[in-house]
Amino acid sequence: MVVGGAIIWALVVGLLLYAGHARREPITARKASWLILGGGVAFPVIVLFCLLAYAVWLMPQIRPFMPALMDNKPQIEATGEQFWWRLRYLDDGGNTAFETANELRLPVGERTTFRLKAADVIHSFWIPSLGGKMDMIPGRDNVLSLEPTKTGVYRAPCAEFCGTSHALMAFSVIVMERPDFDAWRQSRIEAAAMPQPAHPGRDLFFRHGCAACHTIAGTPAIGRIGPDLTRIGERQTIAAGTLANTKDNIARFIREPDAIKPGVEMPAFGMLPDGDIEAIAAWLGGLK
Amino acid sequence: MRWIKEIETFWTLFTAPTVWALHFLVCYVAVAVYCAKQGALAMSFETMRWLLGGITVAALAVIVLSAWLAWRQWGFGTEVPPHDAPTQDDRRKFQGFATLLLSGLSFVSVLYVTVPLFFIGACQS
Ligand code: HEC
Ligand SMILES: [Cu+2]
Repeated sequence: MVVGGAIIWALVVGLLLYAGHARREPITARKASWLILGGGVAFPVIVLFCLLAYAVWLMPQIRPFMPALMDNKPQIEATGEQFWWRLRYLDDGGNTAFETANELRLPVGERTTFRLKAADVIHSFWIPSLGGKMDMIPGRDNVLSLEPTKTGVYRAPCAEFCGTSHALMAFSVIVMERPDFDAWRQSRIEAAAMPQPAHPGRDLFFRHGCAACHTIAGTPAIGRIGPDLTRIGERQTIAAGTLANTKDNIARFIREPDAIKPGVEMPAFGMLPDGDIEAIAAWLGGLK
Repeated sequence: MRWIKEIETFWTLFTAPTVWALHFLVCYVAVAVYCAKQGALAMSFETMRWLLGGITVAALAVIVLSAWLAWRQWGFGTEVPPHDAPTQDDRRKFQGFATLLLSGLSFVSVLYVTVPLFFIGACQS
C-alpha cells in the first residue's frame, strides 16, 4: 500500500515538474485527443476495474458467509451496546467460555471469526489496521473474519453513528503471540473459579448496588446490564476507549459517567462519599 | 445496417443508460429473490450466474448497437465537436455524439456491475 502510494506520488510530482519545465509547444489535435482518450478514459476505467475486481475477489475471505467457508466457527461474539462492546470468547461447542468488554485479545497469524450482534441500535465493528468494517445490526448475526499479521495494540472505533456518545465508543485490540494468548485465555477461564480476596472496595461495590449491572468473576457479582469488569485493571482504557485506565479515572467515571459520556446507561454515583468511590476505584483498578 | 431507419427523436439519447439501469435492477433483484428463497427455486446458483451472464451479454449488445447508431447519427466522426451551430444538422450531430459518449459510459457501468458475478459464488447463509 505504502509502496503503491509512493509510486503514484512520485509519478504525480514528476508530471507536475515536467509540466512546469517542459518547453511549451502545441501538440497536434490528433495527439491531444489520444492523450485525453488514453489518460482520461482508458486509464481510469482499467485501474478502477482492477481495483474493484480485487476488492470483490477479497470479499469472500473477509466475510466468510459462503457455505464452503462456514466451517470456521465464530470464536468470538461481539455485541455493540450503547456505548460499549460486549465481547464473548466462545468454546468449541459455541458456548461462552468467558466474557469481557471493550478490549479484545487475538492471536497473531491466525484467522479469527467473529459473530457480530447489536443490543439496541446499529453499530459498526471496525479495526482499521486489521480489515474492513461490518455493521452490527439488532436481530441479525453478521460474520466477519480477520487475520492480524503483527503483534501490537490497535484501536477500533464504532463506525456507525449510534447516539450521543458514539464518538466515545471504541475498544482496543491486543494482538499477541499464540502461547501468550493461550495463557491469557486459560487464566480468564479459570478466573471464575478463583475467589477474589476481601477488600474494602469489594464490600462497597456490593453495598452500593454495582453488582446489579456488572459481573466480576470470582465474586457473586453477576449483573448483565453493563460491561463485565473482571480484571478491568489489566485493560488499556476504561469506558470503551474513552479514558486512560487509572484509579483516578475510574473514580471519576463512577462519580460522573454522564459528564464523561453523554447519554451513558450507567447512573452517576456522585452522591456516594468520596472515600467509598476511591476505595471501589482502588479495588477495581487492582483487579488484574 | 441500412435496415434501421434513422429516427430523429430526443429519446434515443437514453437507450444505453436505460439498458444499464435495467441490467442493474435485474441482477440485483434476481440475486436478492434467489437468495431470499433459497431452495424454493429449482435452480442452482451457478445456473443463475450463467443466466445473468447471458443477460449481461445481451445488454452489452444493445448498448453497442445504440453506440453504432449514435456514431452514424454523428456522421462517423467526419466532423469534430462542438456542434453548436443553430442548425438541424448540428443538433443531430450533437445528439449523436452525446449518445455515443453515454453508450460508452453505460458499457463500462454494465461491466462493473458484472464483476460480483465472477467472484461471488454463493448466497450469504
Ligand atoms: C444501571 C446499571 C449500572 C449500575 C448500577 C452501575 N453501572 Fe457501571 N456501567 C454500566 C454501563 C451500562 C456501563 C457502560 C458505560 C459505557 O461505557 O457506555 C458501565 C461502565 C462502568 C465502568 C467502565 C467499564 C469499562 O469497561 O471500561 C466502570 C468502571 C463501572 N461501570 C463501575 C461501576 C461501579 C463502581 C458501580 C457502582 C457504584 C456501577 N458501575 C454501577 C451500568 C451500570
Ligand atoms: Cu456504536
